[in-house]
Amino acid sequence: MNALLPMPVLLPMLAAAVKIVLGPRHPVMQRGISLAVLGAVLGIGVALLVEADRHGPHATQLGGWRAPVGITLVADRLSGTMLVVSAAVTLGVMVYAIAQDITDDEPVTPLSVFHPTFLLLVAGVADSFLAGDLFNLFVGFEIMLMASFVLITLGGTSARIRSGTTYIIVALLSSLLFLIAIAVLYAATGTMNLAQLAERVRELPEGVARLAELMLLTAFGVKAAVFPLSMWLPDSYPTAPAPVTAVFAGLLTKIGIYGVIRTETLLFPGHALREPLLAVALASMLVGVLGAMVQVDIKRLLSFTLVSHIGYMIFGTAMGTRAAVAATIFYVVHHITVQTTLFLIAGLIERRGGSTSLERLGGLARTAPLVGVLFFVAAMNLGGIPPLPGFLGKLALIRAAVAQGGPLVYALVAGSLVTSLLTLYALVKVWNQAFWRTPHALAGRRVVSDVRADAGADAPGLLDEEEPHVVTAGLPPAMIGASVALVALGVGYTVFGGPLVALTDRAADELAVPAHYTDAVRPEPLGGH
Amino acid sequence: MSPSITLAATGGALFACGLLLMMERSLTRLVIGILLAGNGANVLILSTGGHAGKAPIRGGHTRAPFSDPLPQAMILTSIVISLASAAFVFAIAYRSGRLTGDDEVRDDIEDRRVTRGDQELRTQIREQRREFRAWSRAQRRHIRRARADLRAGIREERRRRAVDDPARIDDYPEDPAARGGGGAR
Repeated sequence: MNALLPMPVLLPMLAAAVKIVLGPRHPVMQRGISLAVLGAVLGIGVALLVEADRHGPHATQLGGWRAPVGITLVADRLSGTMLVVSAAVTLGVMVYAIAQDITDDEPVTPLSVFHPTFLLLVAGVADSFLAGDLFNLFVGFEIMLMASFVLITLGGTSARIRSGTTYIIVALLSSLLFLIAIAVLYAATGTMNLAQLAERVRELPEGVARLAELMLLTAFGVKAAVFPLSMWLPDSYPTAPAPVTAVFAGLLTKIGIYGVIRTETLLFPGHALREPLLAVALASMLVGVLGAMVQVDIKRLLSFTLVSHIGYMIFGTAMGTRAAVAATIFYVVHHITVQTTLFLIAGLIERRGGSTSLERLGGLARTAPLVGVLFFVAAMNLGGIPPLPGFLGKLALIRAAVAQGGPLVYALVAGSLVTSLLTLYALVKVWNQAFWRTPHALAGRRVVSDVRADAGADAPGLLDEEEPHVVTAGLPPAMIGASVALVALGVGYTVFGGPLVALTDRAADELAVPAHYTDAVRPEPLGGH
Repeated sequence: MSPSITLAATGGALFACGLLLMMERSLTRLVIGILLAGNGANVLILSTGGHAGKAPIRGGHTRAPFSDPLPQAMILTSIVISLASAAFVFAIAYRSGRLTGDDEVRDDIEDRRVTRGDQELRTQIREQRREFRAWSRAQRRHIRRARADLRAGIREERRRRAVDDPARIDDYPEDPAARGGGGAR
């Protein structure tokens, strides 16, 4: 089983290397390789999760060096769950991208660039989840970031270069912060191995420990787009192609959340920063959703709801009880799926309606009823309507919060309810304007004067900057299929809610006792053999 | 282990300079800022490796004290990563230069839309405030003029009444002696 551990990192990397050599040749074989590799990562992820669930965390040492010196990979229930969900989501996105690629004459996700970079991104994500070593976690982040830089500037149009620049600079700055946090922790403890760090951090003086914790949380907070550090996200995500935005929104922010959960449960389990974390969680929720309410572009609106829902996960992590951590893990699983799905559906809306701006869309319920159904289910899921997992996640969080009590926690409960309602409002606004308004665009091409008439006289200057879009005719079945599969996966968390909640409960139990993790790695002091 | 103050100060200074350069709009300066800050971070990591002047592990048999090799390995990794990042940002700067003529980071269209709306609102408010001020100034002038007219009218009226009816109680002297003078006539 230990031989399987490096595979989620190695397989996509090797496939990416093969693809760079092949370039644009053998497209059918290359697409096959991509799907096969992602499928294999999913299978290995499931195997690792089952193994970790049955026998507890297991570790493997790479490069022939033992624990504190060599590179350690660890799979426990948390990283196994994250790995499985991310693999499932990336597989869905890859099917969607390939379908789009085959149908269009001029692909938005070209084979020779998109496929190798996407696989590298998957490798970086898997490495971040499996890393048992803080520096290896940094390297995983960097692999993922370098791949994401290429993906977000795909095609090199001026809008993507502009928004990509913001993303790149913020990401590099957060990496530097992470690096300095690593320097501080190494200077204080003399180790980078997470298991050994967890033991040595307890002996640190209070000030040093808080400094290191704050620096790590800041670095992860930028990645996760927690409120004061979230300004880059709605600016940079929406311009990228739909599959890229989908996987970024679903996965990349959750790696930041994963980092926060690890920091707060394994390295610094004392909840010393509980109040500040609760405060930023509340701020993220409210600021994010208030931003979402005023947006006119669906992708920007979804980006703002992403920021607001990151607040829920920080809320759960900050409370830190077993029930709260279990609810957080459930919420992360749900949110990865539903956010990716919504961005993919926004891509479908863009194909069918020619735009993602609510000022230009209308009547999609008649022209694209299936897209309407998919959007409706996913939107209700994000908004937290009862039978869907979005509701279950919020309910679990609020139950954990009420069990804990306290004025700040109750303020957060109120804040999360308000956020949930306002999310619903924003999504219903999208539904009303994009799907229910009188259709304007049945004829295929929209005229600028028409558009200006819809938008009203108060926004004439803005529309001049954009060229009129052409409405494409059809949606390839495989794109619809990928979206349906992801919506079904999102709803499936309710159908298989019992086993899933049991799994997240067990994962939280495991995180509550850091000794499970440290015993699995068994760090031995240098020279002790 | 006691870290060297020189290394810590150098690292801090490099990082501060890098951060300052990152505030610039020009992408070329941004890259230089990233490189400086990255090297600042590397120096900080280096300072965790123990005293200067000792070599990292050489061979397996020497008993001489050696400095910790792990920070140096981490710095090597981090140098490679910052090299790749810098190369990528230079490529972006080049592309941006080809597209727009310079390498400056542009404002977001959506931001511009919001700020433009904000500016419009501001000019509207300024205009309204100016109009209101002019209006209230005119009103005040008008009131002042009306009050002056009224006062002049009252004065006129009093004078006229005093002329018409000298025996009016208002004009009657209160001093009895003065009145007595009148009665003696």
